[in-house]
Amino acid sequence: MLGKAKTATGVPHWRRAAVIPYVWLIAFFLVPFLIVFKISLSETAIAQPPYLPVLDLSAGREGLRRFLAGLSLENYAALASDRLYLAAYLKSLEVAAFSTLMLLVLGYPFAYAMARAPRRLQAMLVMLVVLPFWTSFLIRVYAWINILQRDGLFNQILLALGIVEEPIGWLSTNTAVYIGIVYSYFPFMVLPLYAALEKIEVSLHEAAADLGAPPWKAFWSITVPLSRPGIVAGSLLCFIPIVGEFVIPDLLGGSATLMIGQTLWTEFFANRDWPIASAVAVALLCLLIVPILIYQHQQAREIEQGR
Amino acid sequence: MGRGFSAINLASAALGLCFLYLPIAILMIYSFNASRLVTVWGGWSLAWYRELLADGAMLESAWVSVRVALLSLARSGRFRGRLLFTGLLYAPLVMPEVITGLALLLLFVAIGLDRGFWTITVAHTSVTLCFVAVVVESRLLTFDRSLEEAAMDLGAPPLRSFLLVTLPLIWPAIAAGFLLAFTLSLDDLVIASFTTGPGATTLPIRIYSEVRLGVKPEINAICTLMIVTVALGVVAAAMLNRRRELQRAEAVDLTAKL
Repeated sequence: MLGKAKTATGVPHWRRAAVIPYVWLIAFFLVPFLIVFKISLSETAIAQPPYLPVLDLSAGREGLRRFLAGLSLENYAALASDRLYLAAYLKSLEVAAFSTLMLLVLGYPFAYAMARAPRRLQAMLVMLVVLPFWTSFLIRVYAWINILQRDGLFNQILLALGIVEEPIGWLSTNTAVYIGIVYSYFPFMVLPLYAALEKIEVSLHEAAADLGAPPWKAFWSITVPLSRPGIVAGSLLCFIPIVGEFVIPDLLGGSATLMIGQTLWTEFFANRDWPIASAVAVALLCLLIVPILIYQHQQAREIEQGR
Repeated sequence: MGRGFSAINLASAALGLCFLYLPIAILMIYSFNASRLVTVWGGWSLAWYRELLADGAMLESAWVSVRVALLSLARSGRFRGRLLFTGLLYAPLVMPEVITGLALLLLFVAIGLDRGFWTITVAHTSVTLCFVAVVVESRLLTFDRSLEEAAMDLGAPPLRSFLLVTLPLIWPAIAAGFLLAFTLSLDDLVIASFTTGPGATTLPIRIYSEVRLGVKPEINAICTLMIVTVALGVVAAAMLNRRRELQRAEAVDLTAKL
């Protein structure tokens, strides 16, 4: 291509411009993870910083040797042997899997309706979905505390309708955590679904109808397969952060919904056990690395197709 | 996809929107409640807004938040050309915040930085950078490279053609990215909690510590203020964008007629 050859003069410039954020991301994203990994191999100590061994560069090679000898896998052994951590991991996976499923079931009809709405309305609907996302995450979770507390609106309505005899304690339950998560992640699910559904031609449906397919069959064999990229992107976009979610289970959940994000938070802030907290983080990352890679791969492919 | 907006579609759209907006609406209404008891309606009142203005710590933390947000915005706005490192870019988008927060904190400890205002700023910049980059990148996808090439063919040096041709064309995306970075930074609790130090309490940290102790009318008030501010900003931006697009459409029409 002729154009390619011409841009060649511009390439070094682009390269130079791209270096700054590249370096920034390596320094503040990649390097920190290596440090987390290193500290997860250290021992807790009552010192500043609160772990041993500390790498002493001034001692030269002898210092490095002593540092390496001090590292151990003890924290990981502690993680594996303590049922509390294992239970928190499983709980996180369970909550993330179920809420992603619920989000898909609730989000799909909504995204579908958005994609089928008249053009003028669509832009409006997209904005209405995005708008709550701009308001604080914390506020939206807090709004639910208002509603779900013992003398809150939800119980008042149930009482007034005579559905329940006395107020139910909704807070500190699994239900509250699920409500909070589904509510907060709703836009993350709907937008990728909408983006995929919006591209599907109506004429495909009409063709299926002409050929005698009932609507549900046309939906199942045309719309659903064609919206697959949206389903995958939306599910991963929800699943991955939900596994590590801290704010929602902490504010809405109780001891029955102890998720791994809370465990990490407690180890770090309450127990001041940095090495264990780091080990929890590394273990969590191992759990998520496969979904993250799938997500990246999928996004990269989307971009390639967009070109 | 204009046709087929059936009753079922209408119902699911309406239900979805109710689900999204009812909790926020309830919170806003209760912020005007005169009663000290959060759940008992005691008539309309602005008492909690007055209380809020008297709360120095809350206002102080709001100011810290705004400063952090503005600064991380200024940093992440730096343009980064075509992004070849999608791998590094998409991971922070989905990475659980507890991991990012812990990792950044340990970095700051390792290089011996005092934690506080600046460490929060650096942390927020790193995370919002990725969000801004993704928004801008999506715009660059639809950008016609030949325009830039034409400018260079006509003798403009790369930097100049970038400033005069590329930048104005992708400006809406950069603006959207700015807004997004700003709200993300203003909103963040987890990363800020990890990377903060004494003397730099941001608004979310402050709200979180209050909320843990139970529902308070003052919190309803400040939440309402935050929601209204953000909503106004977004609506204004959308309207501006729309007007610009209308103008462009008219210009295209005009050239077509000529």
